[in-house]
Amino acid sequence: MVDESTKKTLSSIPLLQTKAGPRDKELWVNRLKEEYQALIKYVQNNKAADNDWFRLESDKTGTRWFGKCWYVHNLLKYEFDLEFDIPVTYPTTAPEIALPGLDGKTAKMYRGGKICLTDHFKPLWARNVPKFGIAHAMALGLGPWLAVEIPDLIEKGVITYQEKTEEAK
Amino acid sequence: MSTVEELQKKVRELEAKLAAVQGNVAPVRQKIDVMSAEVVDSNPYSRLMALKRMGIVDNYEKIRELSVAVVGVGGVGSVTAEMLTRCGIGKLILFDYDKVELANMNRLFFQPHQAGLSKVDAAAATLQAINPDVTIDAHNYNITTVDNFQKFCDTISTGSLTGGPVNLVLSCVDNFEARMAINTACNELSQNWFESGVSENAVSGHIQFIAPGETACFACAPPLVVASNIDEKTLKRDGVCAASLPTTMGIVAGFLVQNALKYLLGFGTVTYYLGYSALTDFFPTMCLKPNPQCSDSQCVVRQKEARARPPPVELAAEVCEDARPLHADNSWGICLIDENAPEEEDSSNLRLAEGVQVAYSVALDSSTESSTGGAVAASELSLEDLMAQMKAM
Repeated sequence: MVDESTKKTLSSIPLLQTKAGPRDKELWVNRLKEEYQALIKYVQNNKAADNDWFRLESDKTGTRWFGKCWYVHNLLKYEFDLEFDIPVTYPTTAPEIALPGLDGKTAKMYRGGKICLTDHFKPLWARNVPKFGIAHAMALGLGPWLAVEIPDLIEKGVITYQEKTEEAK
Repeated sequence: MSTVEELQKKVRELEAKLAAVQGNVAPVRQKIDVMSAEVVDSNPYSRLMALKRMGIVDNYEKIRELSVAVVGVGGVGSVTAEMLTRCGIGKLILFDYDKVELANMNRLFFQPHQAGLSKVDAAAATLQAINPDVTIDAHNYNITTVDNFQKFCDTISTGSLTGGPVNLVLSCVDNFEARMAINTACNELSQNWFESGVSENAVSGHIQFIAPGETACFACAPPLVVASNIDEKTLKRDGVCAASLPTTMGIVAGFLVQNALKYLLGFGTVTYYLGYSALTDFFPTMCLKPNPQCSDSQCVVRQKEARARPPPVELAAEVCEDARPLHADNSWGICLIDENAPEEEDSSNLRLAEGVQVAYSVALDSSTESSTGGAVAASELSLEDLMAQMKAM
């Protein structure tokens, strides 16, 4: 199941209340506000715990999200572009987070660089509709994925450290 | 330097691409106006029309007036589309946003020279060559995004040969999100459809007929899985997302089209749910009643309409007889579809056939293992402020 530290991280992210998807007009705006509040809190928590690991922003409609995530391995920071669309069936179905830069570099991905989530993710998400939002998908989906896959990809030499990411520090 | 073989391969690829672009893939036969039952070597429909003489189908040529949408043109969808094309379906509408890859070659239909082409365009070219009588409409986009979803709904509701709704939608997609999107669309449009799927370990599959309001929709219960009798802990997932076999996919496509034909042409009995376990050659069947507490509000609306309608369709009555023995020793709650019968058991429970289970349970209780965080308080800030605050972090 979900490990203790992920559980703790999850429990400190505020839950959302509005069950609304991108086709729900005004309700979607409420949902988006909740999404942003939860994300802001999550990033603040991460910073406080010295574990800041992503930035996200959306277009005006809140249906297209993009940003960066990074992973520190042997004191080097590896950074990746991150993107996803909010599907019409959200929040019943979770967003499919993609790292297009790693598309084709690992088998733990679907087309377009969508990360392959564990068997635990979908049941947990389904049990928590509509309380889980994007912040939870990051904490429960992308976070653990990076922790498992990135060290492996570095070891295999599939991804290499790039100097310019230093500037971002 | 390239070898002669490599160059020849390249030439073949470029020729195929050029042919596809120019749309000059010459049909090997001319179009045929009316399906003939004449038994001659040159009649592509003689063996199909023979179904009438044998008393299986009353009106086979009706298939020429029918339109079917195939969503997902992968391992199952491409074979499904080919079967319908060879059967002489009037119109096929294809949806997919993927490209053909060499990694797809363990499945049927696509060929190596098509690698790099969009699946719908490659499929349309092949299918049109097989049967020029079929009208083929290819849509290359992801149906789950907001803009595309509307286009998808419009196409389903106006895409038939007569400009009305299609006769049937066949879901051949490979992910939960797309299935839910099809479910949402079909519930909103009261569109009958078949769901199909093959498990990620390639050794089980299923088809499910969904008539909004009359049978369980895809959101009425967590996804159903056919028990594979493999201990999940011994199932090695390391390094891969999904396995696939042409056999399992071909079998599921066969079940899907067989039942689609029965539904469209009105012969035999349409199966509401048919599972397949490859390891044990086990085929559970059942029919599922809709969940009155379904999370899809349009499903609940359709259920109300269905209850208000006069006596059930005969299809359902037939299936119920067949399905009865399956429920004999089953304490769950599946359903026979009889809108007249009063609700007898707690209908939020599912009565599943032996060997079929839900992928996971969803507690109605709101307290769950990891949701202990405080809820988001209603914000005084505007969305723009919040976006700016996030961006400034």
